[in-house]
Amino acid sequence: MTLLSTRGLSRQFGGLRAVENVDFDLPEGQVRALIGPNGAGKTTYVGMLSGRIPASAGTVTFRGQDVTNMPAHQRIRAGMAYTFQITSVYGRLPVHENVALALRWRTEGDEKETAKRVTDALERVGIADRANQLAGDLSYGHQRLLEIAMGISQQPRLLILDEPTQGLADSEIEDFIKLIRGLAGEMTILLIEHNIHVVMQTADAITVLNGGQILAEGTPKEIHENAAVQAAYLGTG
Amino acid sequence: MSDTRKSWSLHLAVVALLLALNFVLPEYHHGNLARVMVLACYAMGYNMLFGYTGLLSLGHALFFASGMYGMSLTVQHLGWSAGPAMLVGLAGGLAMSLVVGLLSLRTAGVAFMIVTLMFAQAGYLAVLYFGEYTRGDEGFVIQKASRQIMGIDLSDPINRYLAALILFATCMFITLRVVQTGFGRVLVAIRENEERTRMLGYDVHRHKLLAILLSGTMSAAAGAGYGLLFGYAGATFASVQYSIFPLLWVLLGGAGTVLGPFVGTLFMFYLIDLSSDISTAYMLIAGVTLVLLTLFAPQGLVGELRRRSVRWLP
Amino acid sequence: MELVPYLILGLLEGLVTAAVLSLMALGLSLVFGVMRVVNVAHGEFFMVGAVLAWQIASLFDGHPAWGFLAALLVAPPLTACLAVAANQLVLKRIEYDPERTIVATIGLLYIIQQVTLMTYGPDARPVEAPFNHRLSIPLVEWTETGLGLYWPWGLGTTSYKLAVILAAVALLGGIWMLMTRTRFGLLMRATQLDRETAQAFAIPVGKVYAAVFGLGAGLAALAGVLIVPIQQAHYLMGHDPLLLSFIVVIIGGLGSLPGTVVAALLIGVSDGMISVFFSPTLAKIIATLGVAFVLIFMPQGLFGKRSL
Repeated sequence: MTLLSTRGLSRQFGGLRAVENVDFDLPEGQVRALIGPNGAGKTTYVGMLSGRIPASAGTVTFRGQDVTNMPAHQRIRAGMAYTFQITSVYGRLPVHENVALALRWRTEGDEKETAKRVTDALERVGIADRANQLAGDLSYGHQRLLEIAMGISQQPRLLILDEPTQGLADSEIEDFIKLIRGLAGEMTILLIEHNIHVVMQTADAITVLNGGQILAEGTPKEIHENAAVQAAYLGTG
Repeated sequence: MSDTRKSWSLHLAVVALLLALNFVLPEYHHGNLARVMVLACYAMGYNMLFGYTGLLSLGHALFFASGMYGMSLTVQHLGWSAGPAMLVGLAGGLAMSLVVGLLSLRTAGVAFMIVTLMFAQAGYLAVLYFGEYTRGDEGFVIQKASRQIMGIDLSDPINRYLAALILFATCMFITLRVVQTGFGRVLVAIRENEERTRMLGYDVHRHKLLAILLSGTMSAAAGAGYGLLFGYAGATFASVQYSIFPLLWVLLGGAGTVLGPFVGTLFMFYLIDLSSDISTAYMLIAGVTLVLLTLFAPQGLVGELRRRSVRWLP
Repeated sequence: MELVPYLILGLLEGLVTAAVLSLMALGLSLVFGVMRVVNVAHGEFFMVGAVLAWQIASLFDGHPAWGFLAALLVAPPLTACLAVAANQLVLKRIEYDPERTIVATIGLLYIIQQVTLMTYGPDARPVEAPFNHRLSIPLVEWTETGLGLYWPWGLGTTSYKLAVILAAVALLGGIWMLMTRTRFGLLMRATQLDRETAQAFAIPVGKVYAAVFGLGAGLAALAGVLIVPIQQAHYLMGHDPLLLSFIVVIIGGLGSLPGTVVAALLIGVSDGMISVFFSPTLAKIIATLGVAFVLIFMPQGLFGKRSL
């Protein structure tokens, strides 16, 4: 079943065509990586998927519903979860409150249930022991994990991760890979990534964007061997 | 005792203390405290928007005055009794909040501050323009005979004090309740990181609008109460000065705390009271306090207390 | 035919207002454009300029022109120094955070205003203009012998008021030259465009900020000196011009000199005209709501490239 698809999705900023006519299908349960050189339009594209950026043309369909004109917060409620490229947590609030905020509209005031789910999410990513710390006091790597915890606590159908491993140490990256592998069965994951190692280890399929258009799509092996993709990354594309 | 329990106990204790003071305070301070309690409601209304939601309005005098004039014009020119007139004041505040909220929320940051300032300024000028009814800067006195609710004469100092205390307690407990519920926490989340809050699934605009409605109506209640209890309505209460005051009181007492607004109002009231004995330039104190606060203690008195030791203070 | 003299009178008075307003609004606009902060105490610098002008002029006996000249040369730089002090002591410390700056400058407003009240007092005091000749303005009419001139009663201005208009034009031209032709202007514009890059190019952003804040205050004070022979010096006189300056800057667009000038003309002249015919209060209500709606629906103003 296709969870998310776009048809002819485009975005223009004045004369600049950041994303051009992208057709895209994401089957439920897949881990899809979205890669491409800098300036390829990945963040703009994902911005249109999540609703942060309005589309200039085209449609976005999520769970069978046309969400092109749906505001971002409603898309989240419909089952998307989103983590920011630059970590965005509530620095002055404790870790547990960060996750509680993500949950509360689901648990509707049941504080016991909220607390339980907070603990579950924090344990899942491995920072449950820091629940009472202020989020701003965490290391960068842990803040990133917190943000993922916030996302998964919402039990989304689609988890969108925007460059999740950026700034992480190697050991943290390995932990992240394990986490994603563990989550893969429960939710569909769309991953924007620069780290090819992470992509190769986690993705079921890869979409390559270049110059605002889809350059290639396929399994990790196919993409790895694709000459055009290599050229694009080396800057001759 | 859980944090929630501790909060409720503390705030009930404050109300009890204020009640007890009714019987022991000398006349001068008794009247002052009544005034402070009503003005603290204005500060609490402001705090809802500034302290908790993080929106800095420079035009809250518009709401305070809407309440004051809504109530007093109804009594003065339509001959209504105080009770229904208070409701008119509240309704006026609510309506004004809705209009201003819908328009001003199309802007953010500095633009929001200036838009609110402009609306309030237009309101002040309108009070002057319609001086035929409002008596402008001079204002008008609301007759003692009209200042009664259910036969209770509110010009009597003790009744006045108790009425002010009831208003104060109501506003304070509303604030406390809001702050402890999910709605209040979303407001804080919006203040801390608006985009993140949106991307967690919250309708940020609707929350901000509700915050403005709550804030504006509480401010209007304070304005209507002030007019009723102290028997006077004048354009000064719609002026820029009265938009700056709640900002000053909340900053001084502690933005984003429930007791902060009261502490700030009380402190500032007496500070100005004392300095106006020394010089006519008493607003100098307000100026210096604002500058010192922004430089050194942006958390305010109760805020610093919470930060340093009493963590559970709401 | 009675309408025309009134219109022309309104226009002339409006031009004087526009002249002074454009200087003051420019000061506010520069500060916002380069430093990205709103200085709510700007009106008080205007007032200080006027009050200092009175103080300085009262030291001179004899022909008022000397006193006025001294005021013109001394008051603006003195006010600029006051502004720079405020910048170093307060604004720099709060790192020009937009919201904290607004609150801090509100505090400064009260401090400056009340200190003036304590020292200068609550009275309004006049300053004599350096020269003041009544000039009647003729209109053209159709007579039996062809086109002729006549002088409607009451239609006139003074030589001083004309001089103010000319002075403002000259000063605006000077500022334009400063911004486009001098090194300082270049530094200012660079800092305005991109603060971080400017720092990377070793532009002393802190010093530029201090200088710009001083310049903004100096312009306001200059406007105050120019207006004081027409209007008296009073400790509350900064309030209305501040509001008008806000209106001009927002409608004209922030950081845009041409925009500021056009908006000042628009506001000054219409204020003059409306005040001749209608209640000034109504005019102010319309102007105030106008600013709000421009901000809400056209955040760039009429000319500006950036919004608040």
